[in-house]
Amino acid sequence: MSTVTITDLEAAVEDAAAHLYVWALKDIPQDLREALADAATRETSVPGQRVLQTILKNVNVAESEKNLVCQDTGIAVYTCRVGEHFPLHPARIYAALKAGTERATIEHPLRSNAVHTITRENTGPNTGYRLPIVHWEFIPDWDGLDVKCVPKGSGSENMSFLKMCVPADGVKGVKKFVLESIVEAGGKPCPPGIVGVGIGGSADYAMYLAKEAIARPVGTRNADPHVAKLEEELYELLNETGIGPMGLGGDVTVLQCHVEHADTHMTLNPVAVNYQCWAARRASAHVAANGEVEFDREF
Amino acid sequence: MAAVRMHFPASEEAIRDLRAGDEVTVDGHIIGIRDRTQIRIFDQGIAPPMDLTGAFLLHTAPGVRKLGPGKYEKICIGTTTSARMVRFTEGLGEQYGVRAICGKGGLPDEAIEPMQRLGMVYFAIVGGAAALETTQIEEIEEVAWEELMPECLWKFRVKDFGPLTVGIDSHGNSLFHDVQERAQAKLEELYERL
Repeated sequence: MSTVTITDLEAAVEDAAAHLYVWALKDIPQDLREALADAATRETSVPGQRVLQTILKNVNVAESEKNLVCQDTGIAVYTCRVGEHFPLHPARIYAALKAGTERATIEHPLRSNAVHTITRENTGPNTGYRLPIVHWEFIPDWDGLDVKCVPKGSGSENMSFLKMCVPADGVKGVKKFVLESIVEAGGKPCPPGIVGVGIGGSADYAMYLAKEAIARPVGTRNADPHVAKLEEELYELLNETGIGPMGLGGDVTVLQCHVEHADTHMTLNPVAVNYQCWAARRASAHVAANGEVEFDREF
Repeated sequence: MAAVRMHFPASEEAIRDLRAGDEVTVDGHIIGIRDRTQIRIFDQGIAPPMDLTGAFLLHTAPGVRKLGPGKYEKICIGTTTSARMVRFTEGLGEQYGVRAICGKGGLPDEAIEPMQRLGMVYFAIVGGAAALETTQIEEIEEVAWEELMPECLWKFRVKDFGPLTVGIDSHGNSLFHDVQERAQAKLEELYERL
């Protein structure tokens, strides 16, 4: 039997958060490295190829210099899957994630981006009122915790779009809106990245789902075959726009398009787009009920 | 599309030689600047305490460590989205003699005319490639307006800074304008296929 105390468990989650934040910023996941290398084999434009080669070089320099891939440490976003029997209450999990974010920011040190939205005064070491942002999912019949840290840069977050399509617009309306959003975004969100699309639910939930979509490993497909088909179609269409790497023109505009969905009202057809830059940083950990932490990038 | 090596500060003549699409590598001194820095210069009317004649401006808010009064060490220096700051383009060239603006993601079409008239260029850097960019910055030589941290005025000495792509030249050409024009036409074609 485990003798772990609640205090130990809270400390384990805090340590995990501090590690995940810095790890995500420095070492991008293997699936993303492969997607970027694959993009470089397909790109035929001269500026596009120059951009992709520089990106690949930068990923290696970050590793050899032990530096951050990108200077924008973002806003810290975590997704938590909490087992019904995990001994630490979500209120304490949140406190631990906040403390871990602060510690990582001060100890590294990382650039602190958090400001009050009206006064623009800095509010803390990448924390503040309702920062970090946490997405919660609760899992029945389980005693573990999965934490994923997704530092979200502002260049790509500024390229977020929402439209309340009507049912008569159908899937065609959804596709049209995603296409026009990505063309409008141009080079600003650091393409080629991951286009996250949320459909259904409500206005706010569609955007929440779009954020879930960008946090998935590159090229994973939605379990619903209708949604997976939409992902494939959007991926092909978006890469025909010619926006190209950093918006300088080319064949590779997006690395992937991920779609998450929720059932919705018969009169609703919301579509939200959330962009994730090519530096699609992501790092994850499993925390067991006994406080053991396993770092894992496969989710 | 030529591959060009340049030193900054630079002359108007050197800028006029560049054409959209050229690949450029930069040595010399560049000035870091961002939203709040330019709001202070133009909206509050406070002249920058650094000479910007012939300057290369980089859209950045660097990650740094303070070593002592006015002395900073680089940690991670990268480049931010330029489009937010387009309205300052004309003033930078006309009032302060700036020659180059460098950032990521491009400047909207309203930058084309002042750049052509005043002899300025926009350099597109690879956004997010901060680890590499940091190795090309040799030293932070000067910092002004520290109270705007990290959106101060920074003077960096750089070597082999790049690769940069001339996104907007001083002859009325913009790669971003061309890409958008082609993409808009392509969208019409794609909509037909949906």
